[in-house]
Amino acid sequence: MKKLTKIATVIIAASAILVGCGKSNSSSSSSSASSKAVSGKITIVGSTALQPLVEKAAENFQTDNSKVSITVQGGGSGTGLSQVQSGAVTIGNSDIFAQQSDGITASKLKDNQVAVVGMAPVVNKDVGVTNLTMKQLREIFTGKITNWKDVGGKDQSIVLINRAEGSGTRATFETNVMNGETAAKSQEQDSNGTVQKMVAETPGAISYLAFSYVTSSVQALSLDGVKPTDANVTTNKWKIWSYEHMYTKGTPNAATKAFLDYMKSDKVQKSLVKELGYISISKMKVQKDANNKVTDVK
Amino acid sequence: MIVKQWVINGGELSENSFGSLPNFGGEVILMDPIKDKIQSTSRETRQDIIGKVLSYSCISLIVIVVLSIFAFVATKGLATFVVNKASLGDFLFGTNWNPSATDKAGNPLLGALPMITGSFGVTIIAVIFAAPFAIGTALYMTEVASKHGEKLLQSVIELLVGIPSVVYGFIGLSVVVPFVRTHFGGSGYGILSGAFVLFVMVLPTVTSMTVDSLRAVPRYYKEASLALGATKWQTIYKVLLRSATSGILTAIIFGMARAFGEALAVQMVIGNATIMPKSLLAPASTLTSVLTMGIGNTVMGTVGNNALWSLALMLLLMSLVFNIIVRFIGRKGRM
Repeated sequence: MKKLTKIATVIIAASAILVGCGKSNSSSSSSSASSKAVSGKITIVGSTALQPLVEKAAENFQTDNSKVSITVQGGGSGTGLSQVQSGAVTIGNSDIFAQQSDGITASKLKDNQVAVVGMAPVVNKDVGVTNLTMKQLREIFTGKITNWKDVGGKDQSIVLINRAEGSGTRATFETNVMNGETAAKSQEQDSNGTVQKMVAETPGAISYLAFSYVTSSVQALSLDGVKPTDANVTTNKWKIWSYEHMYTKGTPNAATKAFLDYMKSDKVQKSLVKELGYISISKMKVQKDANNKVTDVK
Repeated sequence: MIVKQWVINGGELSENSFGSLPNFGGEVILMDPIKDKIQSTSRETRQDIIGKVLSYSCISLIVIVVLSIFAFVATKGLATFVVNKASLGDFLFGTNWNPSATDKAGNPLLGALPMITGSFGVTIIAVIFAAPFAIGTALYMTEVASKHGEKLLQSVIELLVGIPSVVYGFIGLSVVVPFVRTHFGGSGYGILSGAFVLFVMVLPTVTSMTVDSLRAVPRYYKEASLALGATKWQTIYKVLLRSATSGILTAIIFGMARAFGEALAVQMVIGNATIMPKSLLAPASTLTSVLTMGIGNTVMGTVGNNALWSLALMLLLMSLVFNIIVRFIGRKGRM
């Protein structure tokens, strides 16, 4: 029994310490939001597409602000949004607008757009096609066109590789390409890396990838003659792109605010963002809202 | 500690115990410590109690964890039917899986039959491939091989168990899929590729369990058979395999359970198309592959998320079924 009491004491003590930590966090949030000497714990969960950028940025941020401890985890956009909505984490990363996600009350969340990701349709190198019209691309994904010879390529059947239902990449592709039509049921893969490998190795394969995963092993397609480049994304000539969001619930505390400011600062935007294959938010000449309406940036 | 001192005045005690040492007679003896020692718990008893408390708390922790996992998955999984009003029949026998859309009546499209078929497809085919190989290897190890060869095979099998499933998946993607594509046709992604990968993955499990059950056959069975003039093959076939049948079946069922629950490796080679598989070469999906792909992209509490929990519940129930079968076989084998 003594052992039990000991264990119980340890548990109580531990939880007391934890609660104490929690308290010190919330008290620091009420203190003034000076960017210097912020402290606290930030938990970030969500989009795996945004994860590498946030991880790198968090690492750099913590060397300057040693009192802030930041944990970055993946889990997917859906997880990020639901966790931040329930208050379990400080920041929820998402590839899609909260408005586009089922079961999320977007008005409760505060959007912070930290980067832009362009996506390009990619095909196996041997299909003999480098350009498609938007309509052709749509018809391929709805299953109306099933052979590459119908769009000027080789006589080879098309192997459709879609992205996971509900993933941010797929949502972006569907809002910008599918025009409300439903994609044909086909193979699905979740990760950019696997899709890249599959497209490179499967004859007749087509899928879509974030720009940073488009390498020489696959053929990126132009759409209506427009090349998938960063410059074309900034002017919306290339239509398939989305923001990377970092959502907070309500007003963020000092440490969180400092980190989000850091994410948007030139330090991150001009170096890390570019290095990791994203497009800097400050370069965008247009902006998109949750309903996919594009307007010029003043 | 307060110690009272008692003086023994009766000669009996001193005579009996210390008769040879008269010096002690009438000496001061600490009586209470002895009483204390007898009445209080000794170190050994305390260790006993601590051991008991520790093991009981470990057991109860495990039981609590298992029960709460069950309760959690069950409440989440059943919410699809209770909260979202999907019908169980549609779930088990419907073929249209699209949790984000609804049919004309407003019910979510949650036909899980393609995944159920896919899961059973890869599992059964993989085990059909694996069982003969596993039994053959096990017989070689127990009956034919020298001590040296047996040790070598043993370590090979242990090595196979230790390879992480993502490695199997990657090998599947780079080797098995192109192999199936060139030799069987199709895009290479499908149940057949999944079964090939799983075959390698369950082989060590089934083999090592079969070895154990063959070793458990009493030595005198074999000796008696050989003494009666049976050849080695006759002994293996008529005696060894027969008496180890229940053990071998258990090994196969364990292999099935492993194959059924494998997610990553299968997901990489099966294609993940939630359509009813028309052939072994067409892209298909399993319960686990849909689960791992979807869980991060859905929001807790929505239909899409609950539907995935229903799939998880299904997996849990299946592993329960496998366990029950194993127990059943074990009981039969004992008779």
